[in-house]
Amino acid sequence: MIPASFDYVRATSLSHAIGLLQDDPDGNKLVAGGHTLIPTLKLRLASPALLIDISGIDELRGIEVADCIRIGALTTHAELLASKPLREVLPIFHQAADMIADPQVRNRGTIGGSLANADPAADWPAVVIALKGELELAGPTRRRRIAARDFFVDIMTTALEPGEVLVAIHMPRPNRGAKFRYRKIRHPASGYAVVGVAATLCLRDDIVSEVMIAITGATSRAFAADSASTHLIGKPLSTENIAMAASLTGEQAECLSDHYASADYRKHLVKTEVSRALASLNGA
Amino acid sequence: MTDTTAIRYVGQSLRRREDFKFVTGKGRYSDDIKAPGMLHIAVLRSPHAHAIIKHVDLTVAKAAPGVRLALSGTDLAGKIGSIVPNWIIPGTKVPDRPVVAIDRVRFVGECVALVVAETQAMAHDAIGLIDVDYETLPSVVDEEAAIRDGAPQLHDNVPNNITTIYKIGGGDYGKAAREADQVITLRVANNRLIPTCMETRSILAEPNVDGSLTVYLQSQVPHMHRRWIADTVGISEHQLRIVAPDIGGGFGAKMHLYPEELLCPYLARLLGVPVKWWESRSESHQSTNHGRAHTEALEIAFRNDGKVLGLKVETLGNVGAYLSNMASGGPTVNTINFGTGAYKIEHYEARSRVVVTNTVPVDAYRGYGRPEGAYIAERAIDAVARHLNLDQVEVRRLNFIQPADFPYRPYSGPATIYDSGNYEGCLVKAMEAFNYDFRSAERDQLRAKGRYRGIGVAAYTHMCGMAPSRRLSLIGFNRGGWESARVSVDSSGRVTIFSGSMSQGHGHVTSLAQIAADVLQIPIEDIDVVQGDTRQVQAGHGTFNSRSMAVGGSGVHVSSTRVVAKAKKIAAGMLEVDEADVSYQAGKFSVPGTDIASLKFGTVARMAHVGHQLPDGMEPGLDETVFYDPKGMGAPSGVHMAYVDVDPETGIVDILDYVAVDDAGTIINPLLAAGQIHGGVVQGIAQALYEEVSYDADTGQLMTGSLLDYAVPRAEHVPSIRSLFQETPSPTNPIGVKGIGESGSIAAPPCMVHAVLDALSPFGIKHLDMPMTPPRVWSAIQKARAGADR
Amino acid sequence: MTDHTEELHVVTVDVNGVRRTASVEARKLLVHLLRDDLGLTGTHVGCDTSQCGACTVDIDGQAVKSCTVLAVMTSGSSITTIEGLARGGGALHPVQAAFHEHHALQCGFCTPGMIMSVRQMLGQNPNPTESEIRHGLAGNICRCTGYNNIVRAVQSLASEAPRHD
Ligand SMILES: Cc1cc2nc3c(=O)[nH]c(=O)nc-3n(C[C@H](O)[C@H](O)[C@H](O)COP(=O)(O)OP(=O)(O)OC[C@H]3O[C@@H](n4cnc5c(N)ncnc54)[C@H](O)[C@@H]3O)c2cc1C
Ligand code: FES
Ligand code: FES
Repeated sequence: MIPASFDYVRATSLSHAIGLLQDDPDGNKLVAGGHTLIPTLKLRLASPALLIDISGIDELRGIEVADCIRIGALTTHAELLASKPLREVLPIFHQAADMIADPQVRNRGTIGGSLANADPAADWPAVVIALKGELELAGPTRRRRIAARDFFVDIMTTALEPGEVLVAIHMPRPNRGAKFRYRKIRHPASGYAVVGVAATLCLRDDIVSEVMIAITGATSRAFAADSASTHLIGKPLSTENIAMAASLTGEQAECLSDHYASADYRKHLVKTEVSRALASLNGA
Repeated sequence: MTDTTAIRYVGQSLRRREDFKFVTGKGRYSDDIKAPGMLHIAVLRSPHAHAIIKHVDLTVAKAAPGVRLALSGTDLAGKIGSIVPNWIIPGTKVPDRPVVAIDRVRFVGECVALVVAETQAMAHDAIGLIDVDYETLPSVVDEEAAIRDGAPQLHDNVPNNITTIYKIGGGDYGKAAREADQVITLRVANNRLIPTCMETRSILAEPNVDGSLTVYLQSQVPHMHRRWIADTVGISEHQLRIVAPDIGGGFGAKMHLYPEELLCPYLARLLGVPVKWWESRSESHQSTNHGRAHTEALEIAFRNDGKVLGLKVETLGNVGAYLSNMASGGPTVNTINFGTGAYKIEHYEARSRVVVTNTVPVDAYRGYGRPEGAYIAERAIDAVARHLNLDQVEVRRLNFIQPADFPYRPYSGPATIYDSGNYEGCLVKAMEAFNYDFRSAERDQLRAKGRYRGIGVAAYTHMCGMAPSRRLSLIGFNRGGWESARVSVDSSGRVTIFSGSMSQGHGHVTSLAQIAADVLQIPIEDIDVVQGDTRQVQAGHGTFNSRSMAVGGSGVHVSSTRVVAKAKKIAAGMLEVDEADVSYQAGKFSVPGTDIASLKFGTVARMAHVGHQLPDGMEPGLDETVFYDPKGMGAPSGVHMAYVDVDPETGIVDILDYVAVDDAGTIINPLLAAGQIHGGVVQGIAQALYEEVSYDADTGQLMTGSLLDYAVPRAEHVPSIRSLFQETPSPTNPIGVKGIGESGSIAAPPCMVHAVLDALSPFGIKHLDMPMTPPRVWSAIQKARAGADR
Repeated sequence: MTDHTEELHVVTVDVNGVRRTASVEARKLLVHLLRDDLGLTGTHVGCDTSQCGACTVDIDGQAVKSCTVLAVMTSGSSITTIEGLARGGGALHPVQAAFHEHHALQCGFCTPGMIMSVRQMLGQNPNPTESEIRHGLAGNICRCTGYNNIVRAVQSLASEAPRHD
């Protein structure tokens, strides 16, 4: 319950934070909402030398809905849940945020912290992949953008390089008529996703014109179910096509197994939840 | 001239008098108490399930900042006694349990060494610096594996890892089996649970200048803890004061003797300063006793009309690495004595073996043994109904013990007596509230449409309020079964009750006062209740086994009655009339049919204190203490029903409705009684659907080491519970009450299992083990489907 | 051996309307600042994985688990704890009164955190359905009440007649 000792600095700017991070990329750690990091410190699963508090950096804040959508890394789950402008264009943020943790955790936890942490059972990775998001990263020498689908490398491992900070998530404004669904089967104890499915879909004259499905929880990293999308494009959203898409997604998933749920169960959930997500978008 | 009607609080849903402090954050729990200059203990726990301790190196830890003392088991050997159980079934082999492991560890979490430091943080920093050299040994965590040939042996004096063999029964099972139309077998398990009081354990021991010691401890049984700690640490009882402040839930977990409860007093005396220990939640998962952990093999002999003729039971109770306080009694007396449940099963043959394994010790948890016993009876009866394709309600009816049978000795056995009950009454009430016929029809219609709805039924009875002392000692429970209550009236007529019971959220300050107020005929506002301080409360056994109202409450009733009797004598003297002519009601002594002015209770109390006008030979004072030893135990009963919907694709069970009809005799406070049912049922639902401690079978590692893996239900996971009562007063005590605290956790597990099995009956699934998690339900369906395809 | 020369940090917070200052190690959790340094023991610790909500307080208008916030991170904030709801022993806050009236507490250990969560829930949704209430309590564990009467207490505070799910 009591963390090992560390020191603490409140970063005053992004460059300040990057500078501090660079001083000792292994020993120094960023803290945003702290709702992943502090629990690990309490259990002494991590013992950084210095915490760099980035929560006061304005550049990392805010939700902007314009031609593009920008969400600052420090945006909390509660802000994403409550944002009306965001809900109008991308209601999936509201749907997913409502299923993340609980009200108190949502008040502090940030989307940036969640993405940077890359917990295989976290929710936002699936959402940002499904929305074809790009992550803006700032490092000691450069800024870069990386597609969300390339960002998640493995369990708790991302494409962030030492010294880099996640600044914001950018998404294209969706087409008119685009539909969104986030579904999740929660672990009864932790509340994290045993399987989470984010789906976006556009139908033109009852034919699928755009679709993207992303899965979290099932595998060691969130992934885009490309084979399912490929199958659906240009076809009607019939029961058979939905079933095929679900089954293709299931096949693509190399599922994790743990003492709660077997890989077989997870795979079945992937199929079930993909088909339920798509079916709910049909005529929605 | 009476402006008075009798005062009656019993039966009223009084709001709790203790709430104000809790809702305003002024509750005072152990960890809220701080003593100037106190030091903090942190405990190093074994990371291995079974290992030899070759060496403990404390050098670095001792030199760490703020560290006052670092000790290993060797340093403590001979200084504090071993932890001995206090319910020992005759014939039990008791393994030795040192407070801190000396040369061998037998479960993950066992104390290996400790540090005393200036702050809690420093103590935690320092235990990370202790170096222990272990030689690991093969381990065994499962009770069935532990008794197999060649299994790792835990204790030299416990061959085959079996501490106790206990048998009970009556009639002739063999004959019943021969005469039966059919015999089926069933293997059932009671999953291992973590009681999870929201307040973890915490202890503060503070030496006093006079050489005595005060220990703040969340104890359900303060006077018992005083005895046990005194005996083990070598302090005399009168020099030890146990103060149990507000307790954040107990559920059985806070009535045992744990190493830290001995270490704090010992170290406080050794160092001459206050010493505190606080348990973190994850630590608690491996240092506070677990519950349940049984397997039973059942054989059921029955007629084709559903009548059960005989039942045979083989129980294996896993008690972890050592015998905790009551551990030999739980899987034995508390379980198989009740294996026939609410049913008349005349031929019964049961055997229980108590098994040690490399796991956290297992002891009482809400219901202790009775949930396991009820599970035996209920799973058996339900299996018969399902096997014969008969209505689950009708088969229960056919087998029920009838009202005319009470007092009833099941299977004509020696030890178990059900004092009273009316199971049919509960059943009818439950069916009406549940709308059983409508629901059954709805389930069938939906089933035809491919929806999986199920109705679960469970009936139960058991005995609670462990007593009387003499009878308990015959089964090895030789620590007494009475309860003490002192009713002390001050010179103005206000009353303080000193009760040996110990609330852990039960609301005794309200319910005990309700009982006393009715007898004393004074407003409840004039009555205070004191519990949990051995310096203030004369004696006691505490709160467990649903005994506070039946035994503690009866004690309060008896002392209050004695107070009134004495006051009446005094009043008669003051009024100069014959005692028999005095009537007492609503706080006034009067002489009906005369114009003699009545006397107020307060006036009589004052006279008792000033003492100059008392009947000849009467001692002054109005203060009565009773050590109430009941003549028998009450047997609560009830019928619960649940309605569920199962999603076959995800395995998720959705509870649509839950009705509980409980007969706990006279209900003192319906609001509080219903609260006990709500909480108990949800703990039972938790056992049925969510919670299970799991250990890695090979390494003995605890897989559910924190609340991230161990699924305690949230509000979203459970339904509203509809609680109704039937009141069949118990003839065993003056107020007619039976216990209620454990009923919910006894009835709910089988009720939920039956509901889910009913929902899954189209798949032909006959049994599911708890917890029926979504993955487990889904796999059962997969297996059934695969079987059907073949 | 590591040298403990950790710098102490000065934290200034407004707690229940009173400005408080303390020097703390960076690792000190807010809940420990409240309980140990400021003597506000109404805020409880029920777990070490940020799940039980017994430690819930209000920081700048938001319900937060004080076991998952470093004290240093809160410098400059306004904090309300359970002790700050019925100030000066005055009338109970409506949520406190409803918990009493509906027997929404038994051991009382989860109660302060529950009340702080319910306070935020009703602030955001004055008229919740039963399932919204249960969902809104996802961050608080109660082992005693089965949540039944907590739900009833919250329902009693709804601004309108019960809305059904
Ligand atoms: C009880 C509980 C339940 C939860 N349930 C869920 C759930 O259901 N679903 C879910 O998805 N999550 C869940 N979470 C996690 C929660 O969403 C976290 O808040 C989130 O994952 C991390 O955000 P944070 O701001 O708190 O990160 P922090 O804890 O501050 O940081 C997490 C990690 O990310 C790094 N980091 C933070 N910000 C940046 C940045 N801008 N750039 C680079 N690195 C950064 C930190 O160094 C650290 O390593 C739960 C957490 C708790 C405590
Ligand atoms: S103590 Fe903070 S969530 Fe449990
Ligand atoms: S009242 Fe005891 S935990 Fe909620």
